[in-house]
Amino acid sequence: MITQLAFYLFATVLVLSGAMVVSARNPVHAVLFLILGFFNAAGLFLIAGAEFLAMILVIVYVGAVAVLFLFVVMMLDVNFNQLREGLQRYAPVGGAVGVALLAELVFTVGRLKLVPAARPLPVGAGSGTVSNTEALGRLIYTDYILLFQACGLVLLVAMIGAIVLTLRDRPSARRQDVGMQHARVPADTLEMMELKVGASVDELGGYLRPHDGYGAVAAPSEPRKLRVSPEDEHLGA
Amino acid sequence: MTQFLFHSLAGLLILTVLECLAILVPLLMAVAYLVYGERKVLGAIQLRKGPNTVGPFGLFQTFADAIKMLTKETVIPSGANRALYLFAPFLTFVLAMIAWAVIPTNNGWAIADINVGVLYLFAVSSLGVYGILIAGWASNSKYAFMGGLRSAAQMVSYEVSLGLVIVSILLVVGSLNLNDIILAQRHVWFALPMLPMFVIFFISTLAETNRAPFDLPEGESELVAGFFVEYSSLAFGLFFLGEYMNMILMSAMTSILFLGGWLPPVGIAPFTWVPGPIWLILKIVFLLFMFIWVRATFPRYRYDQLMRLGWKVFLPCSLAWMVLTACFLMATGLLPGMQTHGVG
Repeated sequence: MITQLAFYLFATVLVLSGAMVVSARNPVHAVLFLILGFFNAAGLFLIAGAEFLAMILVIVYVGAVAVLFLFVVMMLDVNFNQLREGLQRYAPVGGAVGVALLAELVFTVGRLKLVPAARPLPVGAGSGTVSNTEALGRLIYTDYILLFQACGLVLLVAMIGAIVLTLRDRPSARRQDVGMQHARVPADTLEMMELKVGASVDELGGYLRPHDGYGAVAAPSEPRKLRVSPEDEHLGA
Repeated sequence: MTQFLFHSLAGLLILTVLECLAILVPLLMAVAYLVYGERKVLGAIQLRKGPNTVGPFGLFQTFADAIKMLTKETVIPSGANRALYLFAPFLTFVLAMIAWAVIPTNNGWAIADINVGVLYLFAVSSLGVYGILIAGWASNSKYAFMGGLRSAAQMVSYEVSLGLVIVSILLVVGSLNLNDIILAQRHVWFALPMLPMFVIFFISTLAETNRAPFDLPEGESELVAGFFVEYSSLAFGLFFLGEYMNMILMSAMTSILFLGGWLPPVGIAPFTWVPGPIWLILKIVFLLFMFIWVRATFPRYRYDQLMRLGWKVFLPCSLAWMVLTACFLMATGLLPGMQTHGVG
């Protein structure tokens, strides 16, 4: 009884939050409803006895993916009225995707076979003696290892692609190079001067203004600069 | 009575509520005295006395502070998103509490002794970022917002290495159940064979709880007070409680994964007389002391240094260690489940 009650609770909230995701006016609210939806989906997994999947759903989607999503949505100043204008144009495509997903669900749940030779889904893999996690591991890492590896490669390509697309070397950006910092020795940057008592700064070679050169005092070899940024270069000229 | 408690719905409900209270009431008291202890330890390190006026040895200082906080006015900024603004501290507090449902305090003593206990803990701790992010956004203040964004980036970064460290432990144990993880440490605590991972895990928990030297989300010198700058009164109090409860939770997690949880240091007579919960509490207190010690000793990291440490140092190290552990277990035939199923 309690299980059924919990199922209807989770399912109702899931559907409602799904509806709110697409209808909420504020994009941040939409993302938060999406997160609520994830939670309820995890609850449904728990009821179905898939506790491992439920936890992974929360960790991966709620704990990582949705955080980045929220992060981006909060930073962007999304004009939602502008987004809404495309509703008429995108509605057919969205509807088609929805219908396709619904059809797939009907086929799966109704156990309809499109291809006669297809194997039935290994339903209830966790119901035997092995635990849920172990059954899932055996399916992914033993039975379907090649497909799993292929998925990994696709993701890797996508990741490298994203990095290549966004990586640009801005010469003005100052980066910290720990190796360089550790390789620095006092002789590179410090210069010991013999100072005459009572002499003026200019007589001493203007040591307070290193970029002007060292003037009258015998110019020592230029201290090796570790990194010259454009801002510094025009000062030195 | 036992019949009623264990075999009827209402009885089970009452029993669960009592179990929850048995965890949460000591936890809240622990927070009060953690704050007091932190101020005392910091005082001792800085050659001061710390709180010493309210009650004997200043023992009631935290309660005086709490009463002061509760009697303040709750201020809601006019531009704030009211619902989310009030929801954020509530969320932080609830998340810090619900994680305790799976922490075993003795052999099999947990409110919920579930099979995926580690994943549950990891899931709950990874949700903590929402309270901060929502608070930062809903406050409609640039300082709060910057604090929230920093925190989001920081927590997501350090969760990766936390997760990989947990995976290397799970490889050794072969179970996701927290009680099994503790029982696997009967002979030797994982802190010894996995010392590098213990260090990485501890430092990552500092970052995960936004504690010094990684307290950038609330870096008071640049962000006033970070994500909760607009909060006052009870709303601020809930953030405060949540943060300290998270510290205790992370210490409990570290002691379960690396220091043998409720197990005594060695399984011989004088040590086994002390009950399990006492050992767990002692280990948690030790780790909390480390938290405070680190806070008093190290300067705050710069933000890019923090990111470098997480992604370029901890992530490769923990990944390499995970592969190393797997190879070692495979080569020596010690991988859990290897004997029974004949893998390889």
